[in-house]
Amino acid sequence: MAQVATANQNMWSGGKSPYKVEYGKLMMWFFLMSDAFTFGAFLISYGTIRFSTNSWPDPNHVFRSFPIIGEMHIPLAFVSLMTFILIMSSVTMVLAVGSGHEMDRKGVLKWLGWTILGGAAFLGCQAWEWYHLHHQGAWWGHNPFPNIDGSQSSTNFSNFFFTITGFHGFHVLSGVVINIIMFIMTYLNVFDKRGHYLMIEKAGLYWHFVDLVWVFVFTCFYLF
Amino acid sequence: MENAHAAEHYHAHDEQHTFDRKAIWRTFRILLYITVFELILAIGYYSMTFSNPHLVKHLLNGVFIVLTLAKAFFIIAEFMHLRHEIRNLILSISIPALLFIWFITAFLWDGNSYKNLRNTYDRHYKEHSAEQAPPSKGHGHGEEHGAETQEPGKLH
Repeated sequence: MAQVATANQNMWSGGKSPYKVEYGKLMMWFFLMSDAFTFGAFLISYGTIRFSTNSWPDPNHVFRSFPIIGEMHIPLAFVSLMTFILIMSSVTMVLAVGSGHEMDRKGVLKWLGWTILGGAAFLGCQAWEWYHLHHQGAWWGHNPFPNIDGSQSSTNFSNFFFTITGFHGFHVLSGVVINIIMFIMTYLNVFDKRGHYLMIEKAGLYWHFVDLVWVFVFTCFYLF
Repeated sequence: MENAHAAEHYHAHDEQHTFDRKAIWRTFRILLYITVFELILAIGYYSMTFSNPHLVKHLLNGVFIVLTLAKAFFIIAEFMHLRHEIRNLILSISIPALLFIWFITAFLWDGNSYKNLRNTYDRHYKEHSAEQAPPSKGHGHGEEHGAETQEPGKLH
């Protein structure tokens, strides 16, 4: 115990960096914490309303369309594709960060490029899904889907769906913009001149967070 | 100034051990398998009939929660690299996140209690929520109902 106490004291008594990460990266972590609580508040309010309601629309019924093919009898197929795209773009982002570690400018450009494409593809899928649901008559204040037990549903379902996936989509959009800025800065040799690619790591943290939130949105809206 | 200096120092330190690409692809495979497994469970639930669907759905939701938390762990630990940071940073991030346990428990409990209270004391609500939706609203076929067939939806 005494040894632990001394070690802790040394850690916080100055002269050493207690977190051992660069300032901007630490602040990105703290920002993501606050953002996590914002998303948490949204999802928890959705859960509260759902728990306080006798019945709720059936996600299997609502989310079963696929572009071009139209009506499919495999539920959740399209949203699985979206999830796959987002996880895949998270992997390419890690590979970009890894190339940055190795000071490999071309590798960073290649993997960042794929990440941007993945983000854009996800946004495209989401735009299609919104457009399709809107076409079916769902929007803020409008819910054409009956509850799973056949009773008349309230508009809570579509309000929460569009607000939360919209807020997440806005995060994806800003992530794509950040990644494009990183791509341009890498292309202009900014990070090589600076001597490190830490900015890519910060953008990467944000991008993974967007993926992380999607994992929860996916579970809360499509699986439950 | 000092930060920039520190950054370069840590970067130089990181460079000593090379970037582990194998670990990334392993994490990706784990995430993919979990997601596919979740989908199989969800589709299986919808395509089968059970004698006690409510119980099965509750069990399934428990499984989904565990699998979702597992996915979150792998994304944070490996992709966001938190597992490889020092303990001070890991604790500063994970301890505040534990507040979610309390938030989720308290709010869902509250929602459930509100539902029970309304079902017990508000007869109008109980009858109203059991009303069947008009059968004319077949759903899923986009062309058949544009904006004109929407129900305004009722707020409670």
